[in-house]
Amino acid sequence: MTGRKLAVFFKYLFIYILLIIFIIPFYLMINNSFKTTQQFVESPFSLPDKLDFGNYVDAFKKMNFLGGFINSLTITVISVSLILLTASMAAYFLVRFKWRINKLIFAILVASMIVPFQAVMIPLVSIYGNMKLLNNKWILIFMYLGFGQAFAIFIFHGFIKNIPLDMEEAVLIDGGNRLQAFFRVVLPLLTPVMVTVMILDILWIWNDYLLPSLVLLSPAQRTLPLSTYSFFQTYSVDYAPLMAGIVLTILPVIIAYVFAQNRIIEGVVQGAIK
Amino acid sequence: MVSKKKSLSNAGFFITFMGPSLIAFTCVLMIPFLYGVFLTFTNYNPIKGTKDFVGLENFLAIFTDKEFLTQFLKTLRYVFYSTIFCNILAFILAYILTSNIKARNFLRSGFFTPNLIGGIILGYIWKFIFANVVTKVGHTLEIESLKTSLLTHPDRAILAMIIVTVWQYAGYLMMIYIAGFVGINKEVLEAADIDGAKGFKKLFYVTIPSMVPSFIICFFITISRGFMAYDLNLALTNGAPYGSTRLASMHIYQKAFQANQYALGQAEAIVLFIVVAIVAVTQVLLTKRYEVEA
Repeated sequence: MTGRKLAVFFKYLFIYILLIIFIIPFYLMINNSFKTTQQFVESPFSLPDKLDFGNYVDAFKKMNFLGGFINSLTITVISVSLILLTASMAAYFLVRFKWRINKLIFAILVASMIVPFQAVMIPLVSIYGNMKLLNNKWILIFMYLGFGQAFAIFIFHGFIKNIPLDMEEAVLIDGGNRLQAFFRVVLPLLTPVMVTVMILDILWIWNDYLLPSLVLLSPAQRTLPLSTYSFFQTYSVDYAPLMAGIVLTILPVIIAYVFAQNRIIEGVVQGAIK
Repeated sequence: MVSKKKSLSNAGFFITFMGPSLIAFTCVLMIPFLYGVFLTFTNYNPIKGTKDFVGLENFLAIFTDKEFLTQFLKTLRYVFYSTIFCNILAFILAYILTSNIKARNFLRSGFFTPNLIGGIILGYIWKFIFANVVTKVGHTLEIESLKTSLLTHPDRAILAMIIVTVWQYAGYLMMIYIAGFVGINKEVLEAADIDGAKGFKKLFYVTIPSMVPSFIICFFITISRGFMAYDLNLALTNGAPYGSTRLASMHIYQKAFQANQYALGQAEAIVLFIVVAIVAVTQVLLTKRYEVEA
């Protein structure tokens, strides 16, 4: 009996030590964002003397946080909405219209999922650069729309396949067309799987660095990861405001996580398993 | 007449339903990919304005380039160690979290948190930790090996990359393993209990063999993400010290956009694509083979 109790004790000890190791980086960032750089270097673990938001004010201005936040938000919201709409419609067509070419299109889409971004990065910049289309938020959104298709269609395809035809047929018999059948019957049924794709795409686009760094060249266009990067390049000696900048950047994600953690975790895992 | 009208409306549906999706996919992925394959057979350089056919010259240059080979080996080593450690840690976490333990959801959310944040931010967080916090701990506790930052050692800086990668993905893989544990057939486990299999015996002979699909998914995720790692690499080490941590993606980026060797960089990117494709095809074949056996 004591042996078993000891085992349970060590299990809890082990898992909580690991949890502390996992979480401590975030604690250190928040804790030290209220100190001066010197206090941080001397004693990173000690609590700050007072809650001084000076570093935050500094970071907020220097990294143009508001501008970055608005850019990130616009790009993410528009891209994800468009991906969800276009990909679900395409998946519906691929499932319900038994054309021979649909099989080919679907196979190409699935195969394209293994292409790493690095393999298209150089020609992408070269093509769009030649057409003078870089440095444009809308082109970036169009690119996300293109890169997001394959995965979203793949997930929607698997789901629509299992929706029985009956309800759509009712709409068609009543004189409705396919478009109405899709929007009235299929789209509402897709909600749970839409949430999965939405969460994955939001995390991907919100956090993406490489693609926007190649497309958005002017400082005013920067998304949050880009403004964090340039903030660190420009002010690399004054650590305290940099840490405040990190906390500001991850704050929106953490807030969303607190409210929807189960949804988010489930969405990410569903995306991986399928 | 009727069939003509029908095929016309079918074409209309095709354009409405598939049009936006296919146009975006083609313009952003298909055309650049095919154009990219074409570029590897040229001496493309937008600065000099050249684009002449040179055959396999770029690929020959890659495989005789010592620098590419050393950084490729480095990438392989990074992928190998981060895959192994990440999966071991994730499996242990999942094993404990599916046992009889309190506050399961809280623990699960805690371990998962690093996955929500982009590589750039994670890289900067850990840069502070390796450079300032760990060295501070080393000085306070008089531990010699912690006194200097990992990031300044050419041989050990890659270890920093591996540590952060494991920290970043362990919680994600943990969730996939948890789904695997939950999905194990209860009857099989009960049968094992009746047969007297307990503890580690049950784990190695019953649980692990029935979780092969989870292992395949997790290994594939870590391997392919490892080969593509860029953001974390850029923020944490930027290849330093002395290029000792410059992994494949960063090498390609610098070849093209900093050294202006576009065609060579693209050829290396295609090599990377082939490696990732081989990994992916292997995964699919393994999964299929396992499904037949099961």
